[in-house]
Amino acid sequence: MPTGTLQIRQISGHTGPTPGAGMQREEEVCKYIDVTTCIGCKACEVACVEWNDMPFQQTTFDNTYQTMPSTAWNYWNLIKFDEHPQEDGTLKWLMRKDQCMHCEDPGCLRACPADGAIVQYTNGIVDFQQENCIGCQYCVSGCPFDIPKFNNNTKKVYKCTLCSDRVGQGLEPACIKSCPTGCLKFGTKADMRALADARARQLREHSGFPNAGVYDPPSVSGTHVIYVLHDITKPEMYGGLPATPRIPVSFTLWKRVAKPVALLLALFAAPVAFFHYIAEGPKESQPPEVPR
Amino acid sequence: MSTAIERFDERARRRVGEHGRTVVYEGELLRHPVYTRVLHWSVATFFLLALLSGFAIYSPWLFHWLTPLFGGGPTTRLLHPWFSLAFVGVFALQFLNWLQPMTWGGDDSRWMRRLREYVSNTDTLEPEYVDFFNAGQKAYFWAIVGSAILFLISGIPMWFPRTFGQILVSISYVLHDLAAIVMLVGFIVHVYEGTGAQPGTFRSMTRGTVERRWAWTHHPAWYRKATGRDPRADHDEAVKKRS
Repeated sequence: MPTGTLQIRQISGHTGPTPGAGMQREEEVCKYIDVTTCIGCKACEVACVEWNDMPFQQTTFDNTYQTMPSTAWNYWNLIKFDEHPQEDGTLKWLMRKDQCMHCEDPGCLRACPADGAIVQYTNGIVDFQQENCIGCQYCVSGCPFDIPKFNNNTKKVYKCTLCSDRVGQGLEPACIKSCPTGCLKFGTKADMRALADARARQLREHSGFPNAGVYDPPSVSGTHVIYVLHDITKPEMYGGLPATPRIPVSFTLWKRVAKPVALLLALFAAPVAFFHYIAEGPKESQPPEVPR
Repeated sequence: MSTAIERFDERARRRVGEHGRTVVYEGELLRHPVYTRVLHWSVATFFLLALLSGFAIYSPWLFHWLTPLFGGGPTTRLLHPWFSLAFVGVFALQFLNWLQPMTWGGDDSRWMRRLREYVSNTDTLEPEYVDFFNAGQKAYFWAIVGSAILFLISGIPMWFPRTFGQILVSISYVLHDLAAIVMLVGFIVHVYEGTGAQPGTFRSMTRGTVERRWAWTHHPAWYRKATGRDPRADHDEAVKKRS
C-alpha cells in the first residue's frame, strides 16, 4: 500500500517536465470489482457520498433499482442495474459499479488544455484539481466512459478520485471499505489482475460461465479499475460498458501534433508581412509625396 | 435576401448616421460612412476579444499569460462563446452592409491571376477595372464569412458537449481550430494591408475619407464612379504638376 505524498506522473496542459518525476517509485494501485458477486446493495454509493462529503440528492425512479440514470458531479459511484434477456427467454440481472476507470492513458487528461487541472499520479490514480479547472469540458468529450460531470454552479468538472486522499494515507477507497460481499478489493495492479484472472478462470471452469473474463481494456493501455465479468464478449450489456473504449483521435493526434504546427504556420503570416514591408516596401498612392 | 432584412439593415444604417458624421475636405473622397466604420470597429473589438480568450483555451503555453486578462481560466471559458456570438452578430450586419460591393465578378478572377504582380508591387497603379473592393479584399471577406459560419456551427457543440455527444464534439474541435487558422492568417494579412502595406488606407476606417490620389491608385473604377473623372488622366496630370 502506498504511503506518504502521492507522486505525479502526468499533468494536463503542462509544458516542460513533470516536477519530481521518478523521485520515488510507487506500486500501481487498482480497484478490483467482481461483478459476479455484487449484490447491488449500494453500500459503496453511500460510502462514496459520505466520505466525499456530498449532500445526498434526489433519486430518479426508472423501473429499476438504479439510483439515477448516470453518475453526477456530486455522485461519483453508481450501481448500474440491467435486465438482460437471454436466449432461453430468462433474464440475467446484472449490476455493475460504475465510476471513473482511472485509465492508464486517460482521455480526459489528454483533452484538457488547462495546466494542472488533471494529474495522473505514479500509482495510476487520475485526479481532477478543481482549482485549476476552467470548465471547458473537453474532458467530458475526451472520456470514453462518460465519467466527468460539469457543475453548472461552480463551472468546474468533477469525478471519482479513487479516494486519492485516503490512498495517499495508506487507506483503501471508501467504496472498498464498505463492501459487504468482498466483491470490491483494492491493492496493487499486479495483485488485483492476478486475482481477477484467477476468479475468471474459476468462473469459466467451475461455475458454468465459459465466456467469463477480466475487463482491463488495452485500448486505453489498461485501467486502474478492473472488472470480472460473466461474459467478457459482451461488456455492453453491463450498463453500456464499451468493448473497446477509445479516446477520440482528434484529442490526441490533432492536439499534440497538428494544432501547434498549424498555429505556428498561422502566426508565420506576421513575419511574412513584416519582411514583405522590408523587402518590397509599401504601395504608395501615386504620385508619391515628395519628401521636403 | 429578403426585403425585411434589407429594411432592418437600412434602419440601423440611418440611425447610426444620425449620431456621427464624416468630414470630407478638399481633395478627399468619402470611402466608408459612419455606419460601416462603427460596424468595422465593433467587429474588430469582438474579434480580438474572442481571439485572445480563444487563444488562452487553444494552447496551454499561451494559457498562463492570456487567461488573467479575462479574470482567470473559468471566466475566460465563460466569456469566449459570448464574445464570439457578439462577433457573429455584428459581422452579420457588416455582411448585409457589404454583400453588394463584395459580390465576386469576372474582373475579380482576372485580378486574382495577377496576384503575384500585386504582391511584388510590380505595377504602381492598379488595373482600370478595380472597383470599390479589389479581389483580395473580397477573398478576405468571404474567408471571414466561411470561417465565421464554421466557428458558429462547431462552437455550439463545444459549448454544450453533453448535449451533442462525443463524436460530434471531437469533430467540432478540429473544425473550430481550422476556422481559427483561416481567420488568423486572414486577419494578419488584413492588418498589414490596411496599415503598412498601403499608406493612406487606415484613415478610410477611422476618419472615413481617402485622398483622391489613393483612390485613383488603388481603386480606379471606383474613382471614376465617385468623381465622374478619368483616374488615369487625373494621375498623369498630378504627375505633370509635380514635375
